[in-house]
Formats: sequence, structure tokens, C-alpha cells
Amino acid sequence: MYVAVKGGEAAIENAHRLLAEKRRGDPAVPELTTEQIAEQLSLAVARVMAEGSLYDPDLAALAVKQARGDLIEAIFLVRAYRATLPRFGNTLPIDTATMAIERRISATFKDLPGGQLLGPTFDYTHRLLEPGAVTDGTRQPVAEAPVDADADAEPIPRVTDLLGRDGLIEPEVDGLDRPVGDLTREPLSFPADRDLRLQALARGDEGFLLALGYSTQRGYARSHPFAGEIRMGEVEVELDVPELGFAVSLGRITVTECQMVNQFKGNAEQPPQFTRGYGLAFGHAERKAMAMALCDRALRARELGEELTAPAQDEEFVISHSDNVQATGFVEHLKLPHYVDFQAELGLIRQLRAEHEAREAGDGTREAAE
Amino acid sequence: MIAAEALAGGFERSVFDAQAVFRAVLSALSRPGQVFDLGERVRPPAPLTAAAGAVIATLADDTTPVHLDAAFAGTAVADWIAFHTGAPLTETPGEATFAIVGRPGGLTFDGFATGTAEYPDRSATLIVILDTLTGGPALRLSGPGIEGTAALAPAPLTPDFMALMTANRALFPRGLDLILTAGTRVAGLPRTTRLSAGGV
Amino acid sequence: MTAPAYNFAYLDEQTKRMIRRAILKAVAIPGYQVSFASREMPMPYGWGTGGVQVTAAVIGPDDVLKVIDQGADDTTNAVSIRAFFAKVADVATTTRTEEATIIQTRHRIPEAPLHEGQILVYQVPIPEPLRFLEPRETETRTLHALEEYGLVHVKLYEDIARHGHIATTYAYPVMVEGRYVMDPSPIPKFDNPKMDHSPALQLFGAGREKRIYAIPPYAQVVSLDFEDHPFEVQTFADPCALCGATGVYLDEVILDDRGGRMFVCSDTDYCEGRRGEAEA
Repeated sequence: MYVAVKGGEAAIENAHRLLAEKRRGDPAVPELTTEQIAEQLSLAVARVMAEGSLYDPDLAALAVKQARGDLIEAIFLVRAYRATLPRFGNTLPIDTATMAIERRISATFKDLPGGQLLGPTFDYTHRLLEPGAVTDGTRQPVAEAPVDADADAEPIPRVTDLLGRDGLIEPEVDGLDRPVGDLTREPLSFPADRDLRLQALARGDEGFLLALGYSTQRGYARSHPFAGEIRMGEVEVELDVPELGFAVSLGRITVTECQMVNQFKGNAEQPPQFTRGYGLAFGHAERKAMAMALCDRALRARELGEELTAPAQDEEFVISHSDNVQATGFVEHLKLPHYVDFQAELGLIRQLRAEHEAREAGDGTREAAE
Repeated sequence: MIAAEALAGGFERSVFDAQAVFRAVLSALSRPGQVFDLGERVRPPAPLTAAAGAVIATLADDTTPVHLDAAFAGTAVADWIAFHTGAPLTETPGEATFAIVGRPGGLTFDGFATGTAEYPDRSATLIVILDTLTGGPALRLSGPGIEGTAALAPAPLTPDFMALMTANRALFPRGLDLILTAGTRVAGLPRTTRLSAGGV
Repeated sequence: MTAPAYNFAYLDEQTKRMIRRAILKAVAIPGYQVSFASREMPMPYGWGTGGVQVTAAVIGPDDVLKVIDQGADDTTNAVSIRAFFAKVADVATTTRTEEATIIQTRHRIPEAPLHEGQILVYQVPIPEPLRFLEPRETETRTLHALEEYGLVHVKLYEDIARHGHIATTYAYPVMVEGRYVMDPSPIPKFDNPKMDHSPALQLFGAGREKRIYAIPPYAQVVSLDFEDHPFEVQTFADPCALCGATGVYLDEVILDDRGGRMFVCSDTDYCEGRRGEAEA
């Protein structure tokens, strides 16, 4: 006999207990600490910080642990926490030209002021699974860092600044006659300016942006990109305090910046020159920064008077679908009960079928009579 | 120099006061013609009143420019609002999200943002300080939020108030929304309400 | 690491103010979708974050909250959202439609008539009634601005041409106060007539899509139709198998794998109330 679905509360509580048990796994295996995650899974932590839009390695590590390694779930945890934080002010723009560089490469020049610095990269590793290579026993001492990270060191000029000096690349202008937007505080409307687009891309899903960036390389809005420069390292974050009359340092954060240099044939107003695509992400997040830069350039199509032909150039399409917390919520909400609407559809299908059968039967009798 | 009276007289329990005031304003704009008493939740400097002060303290913040009419010139009201809400004060009606009208006899809708066809919500809300909501000449109200007709008798108001509201209604979906206040009481006149002379 | 402290009703005051301003504009422009800077909530987008934000901005310590999903108070998401507010706002909760001051709902309007002073908060997945006809926000915004609703009628008419009648069964578009075409959220069209001239205030929150809209009490809400094909609601052949109610929305419950089924009230509170009365 029919029993109404009861005890939702108990069921939810039990599900939470099971989740906790699964999260812990076999108790015979030592429990992970968040310090271990922050130190040893730092790229996962970086992604959670970047797409969670909150620079806090400890909280991001906790989120990774709590989410059982599901990074989108971890990003979601960080975002939900971030949404409750009061806003004290806006920091000054970070200056990546003064970055204490850990890695810096340019694909557009063989050598350049400041040099090429590989840093900690997977790029030239052979992707062979080597259990022995990731244990303490085989760690090799690291050579002295060639670049001095102290504040007195000569800043390393950005490639785009070098190109800009010769007027070969479009100047980067602060064209805003208003404060920089924030789509987490003000509703986004289309068309969106580049500041808001960049913010959306910075928060956007790495996989989604990677696929879109890739699509531009394969001819869907081809932009002839060159990786002008990728740099990663620490930058100072400063807050202007009007009462003091000067900016106060809040600390240092690690960011990855990618400046794509793209071909541009010029138009009626502008001579042929290189154009820019820009990517910036918290932590060491090269793939994200590069994909973001490709997408940024593609989304500038309208501004540059280019023909809009591909998904990556479609601002509404890209920005409306780049957020993985939104996307996962809506895809996964299909798990929620929909039986009321399904009942409505069931009723309709039955009615349509009955009508169809009646028509068929009607045709049959008519034919028989003819 | 900020006068002491600009610092005092805010909400005592800001989270709960703001919630109660908001609910009253929501009810007022949802059911034009009904009057809601907020109680004395703030004690702002004159000529700002308890109700108008509570409404602005509930709704304004650093993202909502506030315009004050000439009634407030030379008073501590601007400082009080700036201190308790963080809202920027503006001289330009067109920039205002909220405007407080202290001289309703000279009320005009000129210059306030009425929104656009695409974004009719980007329009100002006027908080009007009156002596009474029920003791003036009777107005008959109809429109959304009202079952049949409702009555309100706000005073004092400019003689061409009816004409202003009729013109405002004609802009729909653009238009201004009014929160009428008297003492500790509020009533709403959203842009959808139609006015005519006489009671119910 | 200390446990984060949360404000009353979870949202910070700045966020509440922003949402409250949006709600007031929504009430002043019935059926128009007000954009708001929806926050990440501690439940996923698509699971009622819009409704939860609206409720959180509105709710006070004296409120009595009811939460339903599919008409039922005991569906897991309803239980979860009710527990959330009981925790973060310490409010009284109820399953009784009569007693509630705020009712948050997904996919249904209660069967019992609502009364003045009540607020019905709908969870909305896709607030734009024109979205499936025109995916672009920039386009649909212009269509609303120009009051250009021919597309919706064309869609409904295509149904008539193909099936002999309108084949939209839920999220059936309505015209509010003769101006805005509005998505009533995915309620079955059975519930549409309850929206018209309701004494309750109806608020709609779409978190992921960042929109809030409203129907003030006693506002005109008309389901779109044609003179020769008037709007009709679903009817059920049998009464509720549990309480005998007729003229209510029923859920079909499959009893076995041999075609056995029964129809019962989708509104669990309504059904329980009737059964309680019958016993008394």
C-alpha cells in the first residue's frame, strides 16, 4: 500500500553521515591534513582559489578536503563563504611588472631583458608514471634561484611593454570613466565591458575556457596568438587608505599572468598592429591564464570591428555559461523531484495519444466504408 | 566638523530594525492605501522624521546616491544619512536612487530618473515627509495591490499632485515610486497606482 | 581556523539591502524582471537559491515559514531549506498553509486559498518566458521593452496547429496587469488561476539567472490564450485516493509493475488537513 514519502530529515542526516565516512575512507590510512593539501596539492588549491575568487590557501585546502577532491564542489564551498564576507574596500591594481618572478617565459623572443626562467614546470617532464619520483627519498637539491626575489631587484619588463615602446602593439588604456565593475556585487548586463568580462573569465571554469580557447586556435575565430609572455610569482597587494594619504601593503599573493600577442590587420581607424589578450589567475595556474587570454581576445571582436562568427566571440554565450558553480547547480538540479510537472506532461502525452488513436480509428472506419 | 546629533539616533538593533522597516515598506508598496506604523526606531535630526529616517537607514548604502530637497539645507540631516548609511549625497536629482522630500508643498518630479524602457527599475524612489497620511483631502486609489479602491488623505501636498501622479502613471512601466511618511507611519504609492479625488 | 560567523538569515546586511531594493522595484513594476547581484548561497544554483535569497531578505524573527517542493513539505529539498532557515534565522516553521506568513515553494501553489499578509516566494529556474524562443538576453530585453510578445503567441499557436490544442502544461506564460508577459515558474498550469487577484504578495527569485520579480496582491494575472482556444487547466478523472478531494492537483503513484496506480493530492498539507477533519 502507498506510503507517503516521510522522514526526509532523517534521510538527509544519514546521507551526511555516509558522506563523512566516505570522505575519511579507510581509517587504517592516515588522514590528510589541510597543510598537506596546501603544500602538496598546491595546483588544486590554486584552481579553487582562482575560480572561487578568494585568495586563501588554507581555506581552499580545507575546501578540497571537505569536497573529497571534487574541485568544483570545493570552488562552490569557497564561493559560498566569500559571498558572506563584508567588503572593506578595493585594493589598488596589482603591478605585475614588479613581480618577484618564479617563472617567466616568452615564446615571441629567443632572449629578452630578464631572460627566460623555466621555474617549476611540467613542460619538459616525460609523462611517465614514476612512484619513486614523488617520494621524499629521491628529492634532489634545487640550484640557487637565479632571480633575486628581494624587493630591491630590478623589475623585469613585460614583453608587451617592450613592444609597446615601439608602438607595435595597441596601447593598454584605462578607458573606464567609472570604477572597475564587480559582477558579484552588481548584476551583469550585456553588452559587458572588458573589466567585467575579464572578471567573469577569471572566475570561469578552466575546462570550459580551455575548450573555447582551443576552438579559436582551430579556426573558430582564429586570432593568430603568440604567447608573448607568461609570468608567475608574488606581487604586492596594496590598499589605498584615504585617511593616511598613502597605500598600505596587505601582503603578497602568487599570481600567473599571460599576455597573448595577436595579429591584427588594422581597420579604417587603426594601423596594422598587434593586439592583446589578457589572462590572470591566482596561484600557479598557467593553463587557466592562457585559456583566459585566448578567450579575452576572442571576446574583443566587436570592439576591434571583427566579424562575429564563432562561439568564443559570443559574449552572452561565453559569459552566461562559463561559471561552473552555476552550471553544476543547474545541471545537477535535474536530480530534484520534478514529478508535478512530469505528471502534467504525462497527462498531455496520454491525451495526445488518445486523440491520435481516435483519429487513426476514425480514418480506419472511413476507409472501410469507402 | 560633524555635529554630535549626526552621530546619534540610529537603529538600536540594526539587523532587526531594518528587517521590520523593510517589511512595512514592502507591505506599503504592495498594498497602496494602507498605512503602516514603524514605531520610533530612529531619532534623526530635524526636519528628518522617524519614519523617513528609518526608511532611508533601511534601504540606502554606499551604492545608492541620496538627494535632499531644500528643506534640509543647513541641517545635520546630510551628515546623519552619510554617517548611518554611507550613502553619497547628490545635488543632482538625476543621480539619486532615493530622494527625500521635506517640502511636499513644492514637490516636483523634474529631473529624477524614471528608468528606461529596457530597465524601468533604474528609477528613483521618493520618500516624502508629510504631516498626515489620513487627515488631508481624500484621494481614491486603484491599481495593483488594491482590492477595488482604497483611500488615502496625505497632506500637505502640492496642488498639482494629482497631475504629477497622472503623468507619472502614463510613463508606465517607467516612473517614480513614492513612499509617503508622516511621523512614524508610512504608505506606498508605487507607479502603478491610479489616483482620483474623493474617498472610497 | 575559527568557524565563520553568519548574520541573521545568513545574508550580510549589504546583500539584504540590495535584494530588498530589487524586491521593492519588482513590486512597483509587476511582472518585470529586476536584475540583482545574486550571491552564492550555501546550496547549489538551481536548488532554490533565488527563493532562498528572497526569503532571507524578507524574513524576520516573528515569521512562520513553510517550505514546499512539488506541493509537499516533506520532500528532501523542502526539508533542507526549512532546516536552513530554522538554523540561520531561528524562525518558527510550519507545514500548515494557513499558519504560515511566508511560504517558499518550488513547482506548486498551495490548494488552500492564501490570505492577505502572506508572502508566497517562488523558486524560479528560468525567469525569462521568452528564453526558449530567443536565447539572448539582449534580444528578450528589447522584446519586453517594446511589449513585443508575438513570438509567444506564435509558439502557442504552433501547438494548436500541430496538436489541436496548446501543449504547454507547466511554466505556462501569463500576462501581468496587461503589460509584462511573465514566467510563473514551473508550476503546472493548473495553478495559474490562483495567481490572479491573489490576496497574498507573490515574489519570484531566480538565483542563477539573477532576477527577482513580483505580483502584488489583487493584481491581474491572465494566462495567455486565444479566443477560439481558451486557456484550460488540467482535470483529473478521479478524486484523491487518500482524502477524496476533487478539483485539486494530483500526483500519480505507481503501486506495482502491473499497471497498478493511484492518484493522491500533491499538496500534502491540504490532504492531511482533510483527512484530519474526516476523522474528527
